[in-house]
Amino acid sequence: MAAVQDTVEQVRSIDVDQYKYGFETNIESEKAPKGLSEEVIRYISAKKDEPEWMLQWRLDAYSRWLTMQEPEWARVSYPPIDYQDLYYYSQPKKFKAPKSLDEVDPEILKTYEKLGIPLREQEILAGVEIPEGERPKIAVDAVFDSVSVATTFKEELKAAGVIFMPISEALREHPDLVKQYLGSVVPATDNYYATLNQAVFSDGSFVYIPPGVRCPMELSTYFRINEKNTGQFERTLIIADKGSYVSYLEGCTAPMRDENQLHAAVVELVALDDAEIKYSTVQNWYPGDAEGKGGIYNFVTKRGDCRGKNSKISWTQVETGSAITWKYPSCVLRGEGSSGEFYSIAISNGRQQVDSGTKMIHLGKNTTSRIISKGISAGKSNNTYRGLVSAHRKAAGARNFTNCDSLLIGDNCGAHTVPYIEAKNPTAQFEHEATTSKISEDMLFYCMQRGLSQEDAVALVVNGFVRDVLQQLPMEFAVEAQKLISISLEGSVG
Amino acid sequence: MAATVRPMKTGAELALAEIFSAARPALPGGPDIAAQRAAAFDTFADAGLPHRRVETWKYTDLRALMRDAKPLAPLPDADAKAQAATAGALLGGLGFRRLFLVNGTFVPELSDLTDLESGLSISSMADALAAPAGLPATYLGRTVSSSDAVLALNTALMGDGVVVHVAAGAVVARPIEMVFVTTGETAVATFTRSLVVLEEGASATFLETHEGPAGVAYQVNTALEMVVGAGASVERIKITTEGAEAVHLATMLARVETGARFANTFFTSGGSVVRNQLLVHLAGEGINAHMGGVSLLAGKQHADTMLSLDHAAPSCESRESFRAVLDGTAQDIFQGKIAVRQAAQKTDARMLSRALLLSETAESCNKPELEIFADDVQCGHGCTTGTLDQQIKFYLMARGIPAKEAEALLIQAFVGEVLDAVGPEGVRTALSEATRAWLLGRE
Amino acid sequence: MAPLLEIKDLHAEIAGGRKIINGMNLTINPGEVHAIMGPNGAGKSTLSYVLSGKPGYEITGGEVLFRGVNLLELSPDERAAQGMFLCFQYPLEIPGVSNMAFLHTAVNSQRKKRGEVELTSPELVRKVRELGKTLGIDADMLKRPVNVGFSGGEKKRNETLQMMLLEPYLCVLDEADSGLDIDALKVVSNGVNALRSPERSMLVITHYQRLLDYIVPDVVHVFSAGRIVHSGGKELALELEATGYAQYQNEAA
Repeated sequence: MAAVQDTVEQVRSIDVDQYKYGFETNIESEKAPKGLSEEVIRYISAKKDEPEWMLQWRLDAYSRWLTMQEPEWARVSYPPIDYQDLYYYSQPKKFKAPKSLDEVDPEILKTYEKLGIPLREQEILAGVEIPEGERPKIAVDAVFDSVSVATTFKEELKAAGVIFMPISEALREHPDLVKQYLGSVVPATDNYYATLNQAVFSDGSFVYIPPGVRCPMELSTYFRINEKNTGQFERTLIIADKGSYVSYLEGCTAPMRDENQLHAAVVELVALDDAEIKYSTVQNWYPGDAEGKGGIYNFVTKRGDCRGKNSKISWTQVETGSAITWKYPSCVLRGEGSSGEFYSIAISNGRQQVDSGTKMIHLGKNTTSRIISKGISAGKSNNTYRGLVSAHRKAAGARNFTNCDSLLIGDNCGAHTVPYIEAKNPTAQFEHEATTSKISEDMLFYCMQRGLSQEDAVALVVNGFVRDVLQQLPMEFAVEAQKLISISLEGSVG
Repeated sequence: MAATVRPMKTGAELALAEIFSAARPALPGGPDIAAQRAAAFDTFADAGLPHRRVETWKYTDLRALMRDAKPLAPLPDADAKAQAATAGALLGGLGFRRLFLVNGTFVPELSDLTDLESGLSISSMADALAAPAGLPATYLGRTVSSSDAVLALNTALMGDGVVVHVAAGAVVARPIEMVFVTTGETAVATFTRSLVVLEEGASATFLETHEGPAGVAYQVNTALEMVVGAGASVERIKITTEGAEAVHLATMLARVETGARFANTFFTSGGSVVRNQLLVHLAGEGINAHMGGVSLLAGKQHADTMLSLDHAAPSCESRESFRAVLDGTAQDIFQGKIAVRQAAQKTDARMLSRALLLSETAESCNKPELEIFADDVQCGHGCTTGTLDQQIKFYLMARGIPAKEAEALLIQAFVGEVLDAVGPEGVRTALSEATRAWLLGRE
Repeated sequence: MAPLLEIKDLHAEIAGGRKIINGMNLTINPGEVHAIMGPNGAGKSTLSYVLSGKPGYEITGGEVLFRGVNLLELSPDERAAQGMFLCFQYPLEIPGVSNMAFLHTAVNSQRKKRGEVELTSPELVRKVRELGKTLGIDADMLKRPVNVGFSGGEKKRNETLQMMLLEPYLCVLDEADSGLDIDALKVVSNGVNALRSPERSMLVITHYQRLLDYIVPDVVHVFSAGRIVHSGGKELALELEATGYAQYQNEAA
């Protein structure tokens, strides 16, 4: 009896009920008419009480989108999406932007409670035992379907000069800031899904850290798709002004549904001189069942612009969910001496398809980047790393180090590596290495001889495999991520 | 999804269609071959010349690089043959069995066909195509499947080439060198196709040199299909020193059977646009495969090496090692894909590509790709780009070695990592000297 | 006194057919140190794998009782929790997993299976550090990933540390001296000797007599063609060193 074979059997037997966040919240909602049209866009814009330029910006994107083609280059396959069979806007009925938590619908509060997301300000992410008083504070913006339902710690952040609010609110309160930066990193021309997002995005978070300010707490947004047949199109914009620092976390879940749901988000980060943004994601959208029925199509555009000198943007992602993941958090290293980082754990199981990676575009002098990607494939899934590292003519002294490792559990899955390395400057130094391996039978036996059960042994080895990346996450998130990895590989991991 | 829009035909594409329809009746081969040609041309016509949107041609936009199609080269006259007789100097004096292909046509009177080793037979492709049940009928287009447009164009227009058969168990000790020469002042196009079949347990070494006049924008489209039988052993070295204006497109398809040994090395220093495609299908267990390449590029040269290695059977070991040294505004592309199928457990595959940029304006693009469907494998790739290690260079200079000489030493060591794997010592020495001459000769 | 380990007419083969253990019998009482010596290829390492339950071996006959329990029905980790420890000839490297974390998981997995109270982190760290000191294993080695980049000697010392920490009833040492210089050999055998007690037994598998100068056995067995062909006292080891295995190989044939 081969231990790995056993593991494979168990992975195969994984059932849908492994997904712990699959419940549905019964709440009445108000939706835009089904389908996509200029009218729907006007409806969304009107709902948000947006200025005229914003409506125009959306309509421009829409007319451009109509001429674009869905990208086909990724190693993912899915039936054609009927963009007219979706709701593009859904908000809880009788929704009025709540002034305080007491005004938030108790059903929604319950939902987040169940998900372990603290909306009460004294609370902290569930499952972490830290003595009272030592608990780090985390401000949360909770997005439920198309709207932000609650944002915590607003006052304390305001005192520090930090702006953290739903982007719809920022459009009213800080229109100039939004207008200056929105779409400046991901333009309307960027790609099919980003353009669609620009036309129909409903909400998302807006963050501005003023010069010299170190944001006093972690900021986080928690996304939840609840409504049926609803696409979620949020847009996040984070600006770190000169010499500032912010760490931002993002989490997501959705109910289990038989039909696929579309999530096409855009995240734009701007780091000015000497500023640093650390963006962490734990993505746990519903992956579909073992046969590939249902699940989220996660088509996301995330890009950071290191606009200022010595600025730094760091992406860390733990991807365990979604039926299809199409996601390449990238850094444009424009400022001299700026640096970009990408740390990724992508786990696929069942019939999941992951095509994810990053782009590090070196434009400025002495820019550096680092890519550490760990892919784990199990079940009948396919897991692709796709990455671009390029040094342009003026990027003298650019440096990149890339390491992407893949681990296969079982022989019905695939692990693929597709890096593009383009150097147009002789002083640019790029190093890329990739390996593919399996959990060795001997290693498992060694652990088991020391008393670990087979599942613990697999978990131990997998954790060792992803350690470099887990270390990049804020502590509370790392604990959550580690649990999530275990759940995702349940059957193979204890 | 909207259907892919058929692009407008370019001048070169239209000209190729005319060339094909005019040449068709005279091209060698019976009705089966004619049908194969027609189907291949349809494949080409559908796809057109490769461009950036074709993933395997991402960095070589042939539609832009090949503005026109040159007329097919006429049969070589006495002048051409006389010019060709002095070709192949790089490996001259090594005593190899030389086969001459002048302007795309096999020339027996220049070739060494005497004292053929037992089990070795050599014929011209044109003759073999015309024969009713020759080797081409069995193998041509059936070694490795590919829908590549440039290969399809070769199949449609192939005129001549060499067919080599090595019988089971035969050991051909004397390397066989195919000397491809383009001559004359007029820019012509050649389409050569060769076939090498090594039966079970056979062994042989093949060399290919490609050269032509410096100032003529001639076009070469050459292809080689190879079948390496069970337990057979083969090494092939392809040296491309085409003239500075030439467009050189080469495809090699190799099907390798159980327990065989397969080695292929590219050495490229000539040509304006060079594309080397290598598609290898490891069909049986326990194969040992080794692939290497060196590109030395300067001026506006553009060279693209595309490797597609298909590990289809268990327990094969492969090593891929490629080096590029770039000067001027040269561009080097390396796209290497290792695919490991579900059945190919215990695969051990390692690929390393490295580029050295000597000028401010040279460019290197690398796409080392892994596609893995088996879990019990060890696969990896590495890739580096950068310039010479200035500290080591300084160390050498501090010991009294002039800058250029120091660079040459370091670069020779850099490409030596690939050239050291070349089997025949004479070839290794000749390529090492060619590298040194290239290095010392640069501006 | 009930025996600690009883091997009765054991037959085993490598999955796929080749017979390696061929009617082996052996009884080890608590507190005894047994040495198994034999020529290369006699199946000595296979014996250690069969006892610890490594996948890839098929038991075709006989039984093995360990502390009265049918060992062959247990998974490797259950055997470990029962007190079976295999000191690997070639310890595995586990990238990314720190030595300390590995030890912590192993100790508590076993304790949990036995229904014992698990050790807290500080308790364990203290214990490991103390043991480490006697073996020349410093804090840095404990932080590094398990066996990754360790020298041959460091790996064996690490194995000994695990053995001392896990306090097994039976230690199976598979060629414990391979890859060790004389100093490392002394450190390792001191560790092993420190573990000798009336409850604990050792099965020392070795090709050379050298190791037995340091870990002195009560009984020496000659192992050939998959079974024990001759047994004697510790002097048998010296005799074998002088005369070789040839006479016993004939006996086995």
